[in-house]
Amino acid sequence: MMAQLYFEDISEGQEVTTLTQHCDSQRLVYWAAGSGDFYQIHYDKDFAQRTGLPDRIVHGALKHALLGRMLHEWAGAEGSVKRVACQYRGMDAVDKDVICKGAITGKRSENGENLVDVEIWTETSEGQKTTPGTATVALPSRS
Amino acid sequence: MAQPKACPEPAEGTSVITDKMRAEIGVESEPVTFEVDKTACRMFARAVGYTDPIYFDEEYAKSKGYRSIPAPVGFLGHPIYDPNRPQRLGGYVRTDTPFKRILNGGTDIEYFDTVCAGDVLTATSKLADLSEREGRLGPMLVTVTESTYRNQDGKLVARARGTGIQY
Repeated sequence: MMAQLYFEDISEGQEVTTLTQHCDSQRLVYWAAGSGDFYQIHYDKDFAQRTGLPDRIVHGALKHALLGRMLHEWAGAEGSVKRVACQYRGMDAVDKDVICKGAITGKRSENGENLVDVEIWTETSEGQKTTPGTATVALPSRS
Repeated sequence: MAQPKACPEPAEGTSVITDKMRAEIGVESEPVTFEVDKTACRMFARAVGYTDPIYFDEEYAKSKGYRSIPAPVGFLGHPIYDPNRPQRLGGYVRTDTPFKRILNGGTDIEYFDTVCAGDVLTATSKLADLSEREGRLGPMLVTVTESTYRNQDGKLVARARGTGIQY
């Protein structure tokens, strides 16, 4: 974990600390077990190819969870992730890096909480954005 | 003589969305129980690559103010597996369409309170939206399912919207 981030420290346009996760087949099997999603296109190459895919693909929900982890690690122990929304626009093949990124789009105080709105996405190592979305994180205040 | 087409084009205005499907929009499902198990929280956190000890060490989590190990973002427990019942296909997969293939189109989870190991959540779902689209993969049916999760105290803890794509 990084040092605690405070609401006062951040401003629009600022970037979230990037998280890179290599997604090999073992990672996808961990995810199948952890999430309960046992659809074979994620761990059975023959099955994936019979459905017309070139190979196994990373679960969409794993990319959602990785974006959540990026925000959790960025927000620090006193921060909390309030919302994570993303769309699975492009597929990520097995054995590649999923690179999670984010940029602040706004700050607001609502119902006593200091909220930060973030544009989030995952991209491939070639720079293709496959999972665009938005998120909201609550941060502590210095005051 | 005109050559017969190998594959007839669908008639203008043809829709795979039936009146029966449309009538399901907004209808709440029966409640489903999701158990948030301690080991399951750890397993989920491990799958996502977390190293924060709050997801692995219960005493540490308690020292940080949690009731037990918190559920990482995206984890809202597991439904109780029953081999004698048909399995839920994620809630958004329809069996009354001509489409054979499924993709997850998107996930949107909003949290209203912390979910921790030991919690028992009750979720109801409803079909929020149905639409048809012509995509890269051909005609697609896009369904949005909204699920509302309450904990054992009846408190609203999360709302999840899942987009399913059938093609």
